[in-house]
Amino acid sequence: SLPPPTIPAGTRLEPTTFGVMSSFYEVLVKCLGHLTSNSINCYLMCLFFYFRDRKEWADLEPVPQDDGPNPVVKIAYSEKFTDVFDMFRALLKNDEKSERAFALTAEAIDLNAANYTVWHYRRVLLQALDKDLREEMNYVTAIIEDQPKNYQVWHHRRMVVEWLNDPSEELQFVAEILSQDAKNYHAWQHRQWVMQEYKLWDGELEYVEELLEEDVRNNSAWNQRHFVINHTSGYSDSSILDREVQYTLKQIKKAPHNESAWNYLNGILQDGGLSSYPGLLEQVTELQDTCSSPYLTAFLVDLYEDALETNSSSYDQQEMLSKALELCKFLAEEKDTIRREYWNYLSRSLQNTYGSGDPVSASSDPPPPPSSSQQPDMEPSDP
Amino acid sequence: MRTRAAKTCHVARPVSQFSTAYSLGSNECVRLQFFSLLSESDNGNLILQGTQVKDVVIKPDAPYTLLLDKHADYIAAYGSKKDDYEYTLSEYLRMSGIYWGLTVMDLMGQLSRMNRQEIIEFTKSCQHDCGGISASIGHDPHLLYTLSAVQTLSLYDSINVIDVDKVVDYVKGLQQEDGSFAGDKWGEIDTRFSFCAVATLALLGQLDVINMDKAVEFVLSCMNFDGGFGCKPGSESHAGQIYCCTGFLSITGQLHQVNADLLGWWLCERQLPSGGLNGRPEKLPDVCYSWWVLASLKIIGRIHWIDKAKLRNFILACQDEETGGFADRPGDMVDPFHTLFGVAGLSLLGDEQIKPVNPVFCMPEDVLQRIGLQPDLLS
Repeated sequence: SLPPPTIPAGTRLEPTTFGVMSSFYEVLVKCLGHLTSNSINCYLMCLFFYFRDRKEWADLEPVPQDDGPNPVVKIAYSEKFTDVFDMFRALLKNDEKSERAFALTAEAIDLNAANYTVWHYRRVLLQALDKDLREEMNYVTAIIEDQPKNYQVWHHRRMVVEWLNDPSEELQFVAEILSQDAKNYHAWQHRQWVMQEYKLWDGELEYVEELLEEDVRNNSAWNQRHFVINHTSGYSDSSILDREVQYTLKQIKKAPHNESAWNYLNGILQDGGLSSYPGLLEQVTELQDTCSSPYLTAFLVDLYEDALETNSSSYDQQEMLSKALELCKFLAEEKDTIRREYWNYLSRSLQNTYGSGDPVSASSDPPPPPSSSQQPDMEPSDP
Repeated sequence: MRTRAAKTCHVARPVSQFSTAYSLGSNECVRLQFFSLLSESDNGNLILQGTQVKDVVIKPDAPYTLLLDKHADYIAAYGSKKDDYEYTLSEYLRMSGIYWGLTVMDLMGQLSRMNRQEIIEFTKSCQHDCGGISASIGHDPHLLYTLSAVQTLSLYDSINVIDVDKVVDYVKGLQQEDGSFAGDKWGEIDTRFSFCAVATLALLGQLDVINMDKAVEFVLSCMNFDGGFGCKPGSESHAGQIYCCTGFLSITGQLHQVNADLLGWWLCERQLPSGGLNGRPEKLPDVCYSWWVLASLKIIGRIHWIDKAKLRNFILACQDEETGGFADRPGDMVDPFHTLFGVAGLSLLGDEQIKPVNPVFCMPEDVLQRIGLQPDLLS
């Protein structure tokens, strides 16, 4: 391949001056650095040295886009896009497996990295031409950094990692991507795959804690915390569970209006039951004095409900019910009115399941069946 | 407005609640809303407890009535304009683009404005020898576009223009040992593809060809501690994946395996003060989540847990009064994808100008009735 050409600033750029696409872009960036990348791309389109004009491509007959016997719509392509993809189709048609085909896939990807057929073809070529997979890792790294929210690029990276059977750069790379967007769903997926496939659990909990230091509301990080612990120590060891409960409560104190932390707390205590965890009610009630949050209130309702459901002797059942109903009403009418339907539903369920007296219905509910009776062991349900 | 953590006090009674909007740079649409609670401490001092909520602010001049005619014009003209760079770039998903356009036109009663014969021919020419269907001519087959093609042909009651048996073989061949489905021969696994597989087979009346137990087992293994579902076991709960998994469980008759109260709570928590829905905690609202979240809630019988008026308000604000169509959030550029899900969301909310939409298949109910498909919904 040609070395990147250097040209003095202000030189008039001609289409035939340059032979290779990638260096072209570098040159333009140097000369036109003050323009936005979007402007550069527009300029680039105008100056592109079309494949159809290049002598080393002269043997191929470009294949135009086929929209079927009756084209659905008239499409206005840009010239460059047409040129590259017409040539791509020609290569596919001939099933050509060559270096120039490989180079062209890079052009096509540059124009449209979401085109999965181009990625397929590139993978076929990587294997057929026995290409250097380390170089391919560098390539896909650059593409992902540019377009981190694209399914194809991450899937391609995973294939290369599998072929190399080398995950050694992966956690570092994903961490870099996450430093730009800590919630990138694709990045997290890839990270989870690497860790599970290659058993790379060490240091992950520390990494998650770092992320939560930066943004305690990062739901992806909380999910990852659960993922790591689930796959390593598990939560059944009481010292682990204690550690997690205390850690979560600490984060909640810092930022009480944090859905993720409350979801996590609820999630890890599901098995044991919220009301069975010693001292939790006291700790959360104490929090209530200093922090105000609908999530805290909702958590208390869940805790009271659990006490009722398990018919726990540690609690006064009547008190649990009346407190739960009071909080549901408070949430529906003041604290979380947008979800009033949910709080009213919960209220009715609790009343019907654990209260004494006539079943309660919402005005829109059908009348309860006449034979309904107290069945405290069942899940609460809307009559 | 600066906020500081409340000092320790014995009682903190919320006194009032108010918000302040700030703008972030030049994007006028996106602001951080500060929800502050004024609390009164024991000694009578007022303390501020601030908390940020990521959300948008709907401007007073945002659209508030449904502009169906404009949307129909927008879709009918889509792809026929000259400067169609966006259209060209989206060739890799053309089959889905066609499905989005047709479905929203049918929901608006305007299907006749689309080119039926050309679309059917195009779809037919995208079926490959292996039976799978690609996004466009010359592209590789994929489960996503196979489903879109089958949905399109079902809308037109023309399913037999393709080789149905081969489609069934193709879908069956993508099931893995653990019950999951790959999207294509390159093996990407995702619960989206589990949904695509069963939805395709259900529309073709051939659900029984796959290993149902294993398929269900895999999807259930993607259920998380918060009641939601991700794309693979352990992946973060995400509204789009939840739609696919609840849709899957509906089609396979396994909705009783869902913890409806827990999941319903997680889903109704997606509603933000603006009325819009996000896809996971601490994310901005997006009109397509009006579909993913709302349809999921409908499937599990808890759609009334959303504040419908506020959501409708948000969806209508996402319309573009000049061009027609819906954008992801108020003021952004429109596209057919968000247009479908905005209209479908409004249909689920009960708008009578729009045909009823099926929450599992995102197709008009009358089409599914014709086919004889009535997937389970929880009540």
